[in-house]
Amino acid sequence: MNIFCAGLNHRTASLQIRENFAVKQEEMAELLERLRARDGLSGAVMLSTCNRVELYASSLCPLQTFDGFQTILKERVRSDIPLYYHTTPEAVRHLFRVASGLDSMVLGETEIFGQVKKAYSFSVERGVTTRPLHRLFQHTFRVAKQLRTETQITRGASSIGSVAVQLAEKIFGQLDDCRVMILGAGEVSERTTRSLQSRGVRSLIVSNRHYDKAVTLAAQIGGMALHFDHWEKNIRDVDIIISATGAPHAILTVEKLQPHLRHRRGCPLFIIDLAVPRDVEPSINKMQGVFLYDIDSLQKIASESIDIRRQEIVHCESLIAQHVKEFLLWMRKNPFMPFSCCS
Amino acid sequence: MLYLPFQLSLVLSTLFYFSSCLSSLLGFRSRGLRPGRFDWMVIALGVLAQSWFLMTQGAIEHACPIRTLPEVMIFLSWAIGLFYLVVGTTYRISLMGAFSAPLILALQSIALLLPGAKMPLESPINPWIELHAALSLIAFGAFGLASISAIMFLVQEKQLKSQHPTTIFHYLPPMCLLEAVTLRLLWLGWVLLSISFAAGWLPFHSISGMKFGISLLVWGSYVLTLFLYHKHRVGAHHLAFMAILIFFFALMIFPVMRYISGLYF
Repeated sequence: MNIFCAGLNHRTASLQIRENFAVKQEEMAELLERLRARDGLSGAVMLSTCNRVELYASSLCPLQTFDGFQTILKERVRSDIPLYYHTTPEAVRHLFRVASGLDSMVLGETEIFGQVKKAYSFSVERGVTTRPLHRLFQHTFRVAKQLRTETQITRGASSIGSVAVQLAEKIFGQLDDCRVMILGAGEVSERTTRSLQSRGVRSLIVSNRHYDKAVTLAAQIGGMALHFDHWEKNIRDVDIIISATGAPHAILTVEKLQPHLRHRRGCPLFIIDLAVPRDVEPSINKMQGVFLYDIDSLQKIASESIDIRRQEIVHCESLIAQHVKEFLLWMRKNPFMPFSCCS
Repeated sequence: MLYLPFQLSLVLSTLFYFSSCLSSLLGFRSRGLRPGRFDWMVIALGVLAQSWFLMTQGAIEHACPIRTLPEVMIFLSWAIGLFYLVVGTTYRISLMGAFSAPLILALQSIALLLPGAKMPLESPINPWIELHAALSLIAFGAFGLASISAIMFLVQEKQLKSQHPTTIFHYLPPMCLLEAVTLRLLWLGWVLLSISFAAGWLPFHSISGMKFGISLLVWGSYVLTLFLYHKHRVGAHHLAFMAILIFFFALMIFPVMRYISGLYF
């Protein structure tokens, strides 16, 4: 018996290719059944995310199974597929790296862990897994958890949006009750707002010099549009301000903010200034209860997080190597697992 | 001097607190801090060892074991530890142990080093005075942990203001949570202190004017701080600052209070 993995990911295939191979959940059950019908394949788990389509399987004839997988995928796009192929022990190592976020586009991202778990559960529910695969995936979850707690591989946030979310959570805790005001209906502010929305923010006000643009963005994100002449009055009622206007000078100054702070009853105010030139006077950060971050400071935090994560790769790889050894030892100790016929 | 085997239990608890401080320090230095279970466990063991000492000492004296300054320090550090075990778990503030352990360790170390001349025991023991003294110290345990929470708040605030947060930023809980914890502990401490004052007055026990004045000053400072906060005259930053200032002021005047009162502290 051999464990093998085959697939494509963001390193081997462009987005255009990947989107052709993305397997929807409805299709997955049928695909797994078709693969199982092929000789030698005893169990399979298919992982399909925006960055990868991978098959993890236990098979007596990995090459035969790989051919079958390739044929099935070819039926979908009718072109050559840049598939990679690993057998034990490389396949085991690959899965450990994938689940830990070491193989992700954004190093150390944790979403992949949930996606691997979901893919495994899907196969378990349909009874298409085997004992070696059970063991492999349980071990994988253990490895990913260990790396997350014992190393810095998931430390910090790695994009401007996620840094903004992280900072907001460190100020307010839960973001469900936070009220956000967006100044400038551009793409950058929209992306940052969506990051905040993904963490529970519901109350949104959009203000823009051109009111129609504010209305459009407000409709897209489920917020409320506000005429640009009135945004200042709302400072006292919001918790987060995302500013990304095209104004040539600062639109929010200490003098403008001071009178509103008195009405805020000590509530903190988080200002995210994404505009260049800046919309918010830097000295505002010195005011009590006000936290100002501009695009440079957000970018710097994101870069530092990535640097810290990169420094952890060696440590993570050594931990993974130990776990691969451990898993191989288990495989060798199990006499009921015959070795592959054609790997 | 405190006698064996009590001293042994105190040394043991000091070692537990020391190991908590050491693990936090090493964790920070290696950027591999894992606050939580270990801190909670060693502090729980430290509190247990202290409880054994206080229980045995109390059983021997048939009175609350706060007749010497070291005993007062031990009782206070025990109360802070106990509050940490409850609050840290309730609010899931794992890093609170790393901040509380140094204060508890400092109080405990001072207690071990100080000479422990015993105050003469009242005969018969007045239960109201016992309650007054014990509740006051438990209240200061709550105030102590409030000051720890306030320190954490100010550190997190500084991290966020700096626009360049360091490792500790990731471990510290949200500012709003720390503000809420500080406020609740201040209220709890104030309520306990008020009850203890009432217990002290009930038996019409004579108290020196100076002691009453200082006690009223501390009590009034907390009232004023809480009043100004609830009236939105001061924000979370000033609340935290005042929580630290009043507690450490009270801590400084403990020996003075004990000297003035002649009995207890």
